[in-house]
Formats: sequence, structure tokens, C-alpha cells
Amino acid sequence: MPEPLVRVENLKKYFPIKGIFFTRAHVKAVDGVSFEIYRGETLGLVGESGCGKSTTGRLLIRLLEPTAGHVYFEGKNIFKLKGEELKRFRRKAQIILQDPYSSLNPRMTIFEIINEALEVHNIKVPDKEEFIVDWLRRVGLERHHLYRYPHEFSGGQRQRIAIVRSLIIKPEFVVLDEPTSALDVSVQAQILDMLKEFQRELNLTYLFISHDLGVVKYMSDRIAVMYLGKIVELAPADELFEKPLHPYTQMLLSSIPIPDPEYALKKPKVKVIGEPPSPINPPPGCRFHPRCPRKLDICDKKEPPLIEVERDHYVACWLYAKK
Amino acid sequence: MIKGMKTLGLKRKILEVKDLHVHFYTYAGVVKAISGVSFEIYEGETFCLVGETGCGKSVTSRAITKLIESPGKIVKGQVLFYRDGSPIDLLKLSDEELRRIRGREIAYIFQDPTAALDPLYSVGYQIAETMVAHNTATWKEAFRRAVDILKSVLIPDPEKRVKNYPHELSGGMKQRVVIGISLSNKPKLLIADEPTTAVDVTIQAQILDLLRKLRQEEKMTLLLITHNMGVVAEMCDRVAVMYAGKIVEIGTVHQIFKNPQHPYTKGLLKAVPNPLIKIEKLESIPGTVPNLIFPPSGCRFHPRCPRKLDICDKKEPPLIEVEEGHKVACWLYVK
Repeated sequence: MPEPLVRVENLKKYFPIKGIFFTRAHVKAVDGVSFEIYRGETLGLVGESGCGKSTTGRLLIRLLEPTAGHVYFEGKNIFKLKGEELKRFRRKAQIILQDPYSSLNPRMTIFEIINEALEVHNIKVPDKEEFIVDWLRRVGLERHHLYRYPHEFSGGQRQRIAIVRSLIIKPEFVVLDEPTSALDVSVQAQILDMLKEFQRELNLTYLFISHDLGVVKYMSDRIAVMYLGKIVELAPADELFEKPLHPYTQMLLSSIPIPDPEYALKKPKVKVIGEPPSPINPPPGCRFHPRCPRKLDICDKKEPPLIEVERDHYVACWLYAKK
Repeated sequence: MIKGMKTLGLKRKILEVKDLHVHFYTYAGVVKAISGVSFEIYEGETFCLVGETGCGKSVTSRAITKLIESPGKIVKGQVLFYRDGSPIDLLKLSDEELRRIRGREIAYIFQDPTAALDPLYSVGYQIAETMVAHNTATWKEAFRRAVDILKSVLIPDPEKRVKNYPHELSGGMKQRVVIGISLSNKPKLLIADEPTTAVDVTIQAQILDLLRKLRQEEKMTLLLITHNMGVVAEMCDRVAVMYAGKIVEIGTVHQIFKNPQHPYTKGLLKAVPNPLIKIEKLESIPGTVPNLIFPPSGCRFHPRCPRKLDICDKKEPPLIEVEEGHKVACWLYVK
């Protein structure tokens, strides 16, 4: 096995809920996750809203400081980096956010927005304008777009600008946080294919965060499923869809509406029980047990460990663990 | 039996939209949001309007009962609602007459349940209010019935929940309450505008299940507006695909998915990643949705169409029947 580019160890992030005088409680957004991302691969991270997938993405590029745990990038703990070293890390690890309406400064032209990235990271090129135009062309924009403002562009075009801003500084690792959730399907397909092409060309490593399982399957080599701050299953993309092991994964997969009316009639149904509980006071033991159709006695008492049940297929469920 | 076929045999119209035009008069110019939309819905079926942002699907659904506010205006068209077989034109009714139909015979569910519920009243009150407003129950009886309604939309512990305020409920629960309100007067036609777009996929599955169950039990007709092709495939009998304010293709769910004709429908189906199939490359539709202040001439899809003909940018294609119940507006199929 090659050395992973990113290694996450027991990462936790609790957000305090402030009372009048002191902290009343914590939202346990991410509660002890460990995984690795290898160079050149795409790791998909799926889950429903509030499961902690975006918080995990932000921790991985140190936009947030963790409550506990470590993230190693090229072998170095990113939360200990300082000065020049931190700056170098910031160039290597980038993020592309969901909403291209709020991620671009409305008072700056496209040239200024992209140029800022080059300036901050001290990237010298002979002719900046030519260099940026060259990149804009690669995402289907033109020279005359250079001195326009973000409001003059459609959602899809803005996301392309955000992509250029992140990739022009030649990062190695990019967190894609729901990059197409705000876009229509015809535009989504354009952006996804573009991201795949850049990955091949620039040998990028992606963490692809989404709630859309179809999109995640299309983009990812491996997929991690999160539920209430924990990873419940991690497996190669095809295997996860063919042989989901965790009852939550099974429920999630059977919930996706499949764009095929014939399949819709014979689709295996897993009944969805209840709703996700609050991450402030997560249930004891396995966090999924109140909704689980296959609950055992141990499930509400002890937390199941994430174990490898088949090659590269990890699951955190007592059905598969030795007690 | 193939899904959707049953409605073709049993042709009893409940709603017919004829040549509907809606314009929005904005500072930037007149937005022609819908231009000449016509379709019919048969009793007992689930009919879907599908399309991308700005294609006019929501505006169409709102125009049915004149829920268009300034600067929008219904410029032309007819909406015939069949009451015991005889049609009435909803667009010709007065506001007062329409109010009696809206919420009683035709009910709506909108996308955002938080905006649909009043934060100052308990959910029980809001369900009861709908019945009292239409004189189908007294306050006392309406409150009692509200509990049954909450039970029918599968809210656990309905006796307690009926006293809850909207902020005490989760997004999925709120949407169930909204569904409950819309069902309280047993409408003939339920119009659901993106009812599951604001909720998670597992909750979406629950809500869709619920709608399917209620439609059968109450013998309702459902008009479902969505952008999700998966939801269309699972819920609908017949589908109309909209693009830039027009219907480009209409047919049974089977015809649309297995034998799509319009290049836009084909592109849309290929652009959705189906998680069950291994896809090497998604096919995207080049370009973006056009500006409806200055819509493209001729066929509105021609600037993005991979199979454009000479005539396409000159003349608008008519909606013609290519097989029974399957209509397409595209010059490729006009002889």
C-alpha cells in the first residue's frame, strides 16, 4: 500500500452552545473519525444534513481547529504547522464550496479574484493576464469575461471561476464540498466532468462531499458513509452499492429515487424508521440503534468499532463484529 | 401492466390547461415565464411537471388557481377544472369564488414547510383553521379531526403533537403537517410543488411513500412538480418535460424514460448519474438555460441542441403526437 497523502486519526470537533453565563452543551459535529486518503484518488463522503461531513472537510484543510485528534498531510500534523510551512500547506490544500454566489467577492472582478490567489501564494508568471485567460479558456470562459463582476455570471459559470481560483495555484489536495448542489442537472454534469478531467491532468487528490449518492458514486473511488459524526461504513464505490453492509447504508441506498420507472417497481424496499436524532445528545452505543431494523441487545450499550470485514470494506456494526 | 397505461384507457379529465401565458413585468424587461403551455390531467393519476430552474414549472402550477402576484400576470389562456364532468374556467372566477375552491377542491403543498406554517399558532390550530375556513367542520370538531389527520400522515404521538408549534418539529415533520393541512378538506386535486426538495433523502423516501399511500386511500389526483428525474420515475404515471417556459415533450413515464424523443429530454436523462449503472462519462448539455426576457427564436432549445436543423432557429416546432399519448415539440419529428 502506498503512503497516504492525508491521514485522519480520531478527529473530533465539538461546537459549544453558549448559555447566558457558561457553555450549556456541545454539538458533537464530528466525533472520532479515522480514515486515509491516497494520492490521486477521490474519497467520497456522504451523509444527510448535520452528519458532520462538511465539518470534516473543513478540518482537513485546517479551516477549523479540532477538539481532539490529528490530521497528517504528507506525514506532517497540519494542526502544528506554523509560518512558512503553514503557508505552503495552504497552497497545497484547497477547498471548493457549495454556493458560488457567496464564495466570490461581489466587489472584485474575475481578474482580481483569481489574481489574489496568485499574489497570496507568491506565484510568479511572466504574463499574468495571459496565464489567467489560458486557465479561463480551459473551463469554457473567454478573455472578455476577465474584467466582469461575479453578478454577471450564472451559477455554473461562477463555480467554474471558483474552480480556476482553487486550481491555478497547483494544489495537491482539494476538498469539494457539495460543488454541484446549487446547480441544475445539465450544468452539474459539465462541472463533474471538468473536475474529473482536472484530476487526471494535474494528479489531484479529492475529498468529495455530497448528499447525492448518484453523484458520489460517479466521482469516487472509495466512499465513506457518515451518520451523526461517525463513519459507519467505508468501502470501494462499486462494492458499497452492490453490497452495503451497515443497516444505515442499506436504508440510505434504498431511499434514493432511481431514474428508471421499471426498476422503481421492483426496487427492494427498506423501510425508513424515524428521523436522525440531534447531535447534541446522540444515542448511547451505536448511534443508529433507535432507527435500526436489525438492532441487537448490545447496540444501545456499547459502541461498535469500525472493522475491516472484507478486503478494504470497513463497517461499524455489531452484526459484523465479534463482541 | 405498464405503469401509466391505466390512465390512458380511463380518460376522465379533471384539469385542462390551454395555451397558458404568464409574463413578469420587471425593470429589466418582460420575462416570458410561460408561453403557451397546454396539458391535461386525468382523474386518479399522478402527473409530473419536470424541468430545470426557471423553466416555468412552479409558475404553471401556481397559475392554475391564479396564485400569481405582481409583477406577474396571466396574459392568456384557460384552466378548465372538471367538476362532476362539467368544466369551469378557473381564470374567469372571482377571487372570492376561487378562494372557495383553493384549499378545498384544489390544495397545494409547497417546497418550504417552514414558510408554509405560521410560527405563532399550534399545528393543530392550523389544520383546524383550514376546515373551519371552508365550513367543513366546527372548531370543536376540527380540532378533534386534526388529531386523526396527524395520525394519517404518520406523525408519532399525534395527541401531543397537535399542541406543538412549528419550531418544535423537524423539517420532515413540518412537511407532514403541511400535507395534513392540504388533505384536511379531502381535495380532488393535490398540487405538490417540490415537496421533498428541502429534506434529506431518507425523509424524502418517507414523504413520497406517504403521498403514494394517501393518493390511493383518498382517491386523489396528484400534480407533482419536481426537478428530480428519480422522483418522476418512482411517482408518476404521466410526465411533461418543460424547457424555457414551454412543454417540449409529454407522455407516460414509460415513454419518456424508455423512448425519449426530444434532444433536451434525452440530454436531461443522460446527465443524471444513476447510481445503479457504471458510468464512464456523463453526457452534459452544453451552454445554459436561456434568458426569458429575450428567448431564442424558433425552438428555444436550438442554441444548445446537438441535432439542430436549419428551420429550428426560424420557426417554432408544434407539439405533435408521435405515438399514442406521446407528444413532442421538435422539428426532427415533423414530416
